Amino acid sequence: MKKRFTFIVTGLSLCLLVACDKDIVESNAGYQALQPAVTDAQAGNWTPVIVSSAAEFPLPAPQPTTSAAYQQELKELKAMRSSLTEEQQRVINYWKVGSVLRWNEIMRELVAKHNLPPYQNGDNTYPVPSAANPFAYPTFPFSNPPYAARAYAYVSVAQYDALVMAHHFKEVYKRAAPYKVDAAIQPAIPKSELAAYPSEDAVVAGVTLEMMKLLFPADRAYIDRLVEEEKNYRLWSGANVRSDVVAGDSLGRWVARKIIQRAKTDGMGAAGGNAELWTKLEDECKAKGETPWYSLETPKRPPMLPLFGNVKPLLFESAAVASLRPGPPPGATSKKMREELDEVLQYTRNPTREQMRIVNFWADGVGTYTPPGHWNAIATEEFVKKNYSEVRWARNYALLNAALMDAAIMCWNTKYHYFNARPCQLDPRIKTLTGVPNFPAYISGHSTFSGAAATVLSYLVPEKAGEFKLMAQEASNSRLFGGIHYRSDCESGLETGNKVGRYAILRAQTDGAD
Amino acid sequence: MMKHFYPIISCCIASCLGFLPLVSRAQTEQDALMMGEQKLCVAATVNYQSWTSYWEGTFQRENENLGRVSTRSAALMLNYGLVKNLNLLASLPYVRTAASAGTLMGMEGFQDVSLALKWRAIRMQANKTTLSVFAIGGFATPSNRYNIDLLPMSIGLGSQVLSGRLIADVQVNRFTATVSGAYLYRNNVKVDRSAYYTDRQINSHEVQMPNAGNFQFRTGYRTRHVIAEAFVDNMTTFGGFDIRKNDMPFVSNRMNGTKVGLEGKYYLHQLPALGLHAGGWHTLAGRNVGKATGFMAGVDYVIDFTSKPAKL
Repeated sequence: MKKRFTFIVTGLSLCLLVACDKDIVESNAGYQALQPAVTDAQAGNWTPVIVSSAAEFPLPAPQPTTSAAYQQELKELKAMRSSLTEEQQRVINYWKVGSVLRWNEIMRELVAKHNLPPYQNGDNTYPVPSAANPFAYPTFPFSNPPYAARAYAYVSVAQYDALVMAHHFKEVYKRAAPYKVDAAIQPAIPKSELAAYPSEDAVVAGVTLEMMKLLFPADRAYIDRLVEEEKNYRLWSGANVRSDVVAGDSLGRWVARKIIQRAKTDGMGAAGGNAELWTKLEDECKAKGETPWYSLETPKRPPMLPLFGNVKPLLFESAAVASLRPGPPPGATSKKMREELDEVLQYTRNPTREQMRIVNFWADGVGTYTPPGHWNAIATEEFVKKNYSEVRWARNYALLNAALMDAAIMCWNTKYHYFNARPCQLDPRIKTLTGVPNFPAYISGHSTFSGAAATVLSYLVPEKAGEFKLMAQEASNSRLFGGIHYRSDCESGLETGNKVGRYAILRAQTDGAD
Repeated sequence: MMKHFYPIISCCIASCLGFLPLVSRAQTEQDALMMGEQKLCVAATVNYQSWTSYWEGTFQRENENLGRVSTRSAALMLNYGLVKNLNLLASLPYVRTAASAGTLMGMEGFQDVSLALKWRAIRMQANKTTLSVFAIGGFATPSNRYNIDLLPMSIGLGSQVLSGRLIADVQVNRFTATVSGAYLYRNNVKVDRSAYYTDRQINSHEVQMPNAGNFQFRTGYRTRHVIAEAFVDNMTTFGGFDIRKNDMPFVSNRMNGTKVGLEGKYYLHQLPALGLHAGGWHTLAGRNVGKATGFMAGVDYVIDFTSKPAKL
């Protein structure tokens, strides 16, 4: 008898001691090396978003491949290739998946890292992150959805414009890749028919570094390391010689300067407003006989970026914003509003597990990569199946993220124009299944972002259009299920997002890529 | 051979840590008491715990957007004496959470089913001293896919837990001292979202759960009808990450806590099969958990399946 028990207990103990494998396989773990189906060699003729023309960037001609200098570089390459460390091999394997894709993942990580609202001061005021002192608490930036949308957009647009320029010079100088010059070099990545000067990875590294210094200054060391890795990977893998990389890096930085000029004058600097403005918004709403939004946080937090709606859009003129803005939400005391409130109350009183799943899946709140980041993740899963060239990756992200940034502008403009209350402000019986964001309700950000993203993605990946539409609808519904938004917030948000997305499609149809 | 039985069961839900019942485990997994052969103890307990301050990592704070976060639970527990020195235990709590301020909704539902085998491996008596050593193997699994992605309002962590515990108990006259240590292997969990940030971005639904250890020391007074004990209990998570300033808690946080408490059990002279049970505890120190105070009360009843009625 006793033996049996000993056996049972020993068995259980053994189970515990077995080093069970808890390692997680991430969704991006299986990505293959970039091997474009089409090189898009003519991408130098595509229309950039911000820079005007290649004439702005006097990239010098490379040394001929017959020159002593080039031969020396080939030698250097062979020496590197002959003695790769395990770490260098890891770096190659990481970056060979694609430069633009990897930076998109890195961006999402940095957004999530910095997406934390500042903790209050002792006197119940809130500190504001400072770009001038990014390391001090609260670290710069607080990458909330509008900040994140704009950051994704500028980085994507900068990468795209830089790669268009790179393709222009590739076509002008037509320098062959080292493995085409010297058959003894067997690259660690798929061979490409594209000209090698300037290196597209180095262009992306250069342009991204400059953009990131502006957008995520506190992560400079981390970004520097990644940029160095990426440039080295081109050498270690035998894809480029050093002069290809140096030229690309310079070109990338030049392009970034143009983008930064635009970013610094787009109105973001004033987006936070001030105490006077916050009061004014409230008073104007009251003057209309409406119930103004107030912060549901304790201590009360100033509204998030109330003037972000004045930021200069990427896809259309600022003048178009007012005409794209949807009409007003139901009045706070109207019968329609009561019906909508009751609907929210019903959803939150009897949430099914499936509704909770939808709320959680789309929550994209504090500590996450935000809804724009989520749509970037969704897009990435589709793009990766397509074997795009780097420049097409960049172009498609640029279209998506320009639409997401402009969706943020439209949404924020609308929110602060109407300044209306959240459901749980009007009816305290409403409890939420996720955190309530600190800005007015109408229109729903998730819905606007999702409408814009689904519209753009449906153009880029038409066979999935139905799926994207359903996803956007689900993202929109998630806010109703969660008690965060009324139905009219969600419906008008989706519709406004769709309109913004169509501007991106107009651009896509005429940029020369299709 | 004295034939004692102490049909005592309680549930440690209330002593759970953190933002929620970290691991629901029947108290009997932690005490030095056994049910006799073919005796079934049925116990019901109610628990209440709450906190107003919590630790983000090592930073202790309050949060007016939560106010007082409370957890009420009721649990049903069974303990059956399979054979001499071997008990089979089972428990299932129903849990309800609430926050007194802010907008977050409380959650409720059945939490985790726990099963355990408790074996008294050694029992030595000399004079008035008894030394016992127990080994317990336990398994807990969520009874349903409750929402684990809304801490601190979630009712549990949703992880399957395999635990191994050793208990050493010394009784001299009526005074006892019990030392207990457990290792908890916690299975990975799946969240509803497809990516999350710990100290880096992870693109997966799956979350790696750190394992945990539990250590407890109890001491007190024990007779047939009365048991009174004080205890100190520590839960330590081996790994996990800290909640960042003003971030939300997450299932795989490093959740540590030390608490002290008192417990009493009383068996009626007229009706020895019926026991009453009460306790309270307070968190002294913690990390990524609430500084919680809890109370419990319970009643247990022994049903004897042997041919002759239980003799006290």
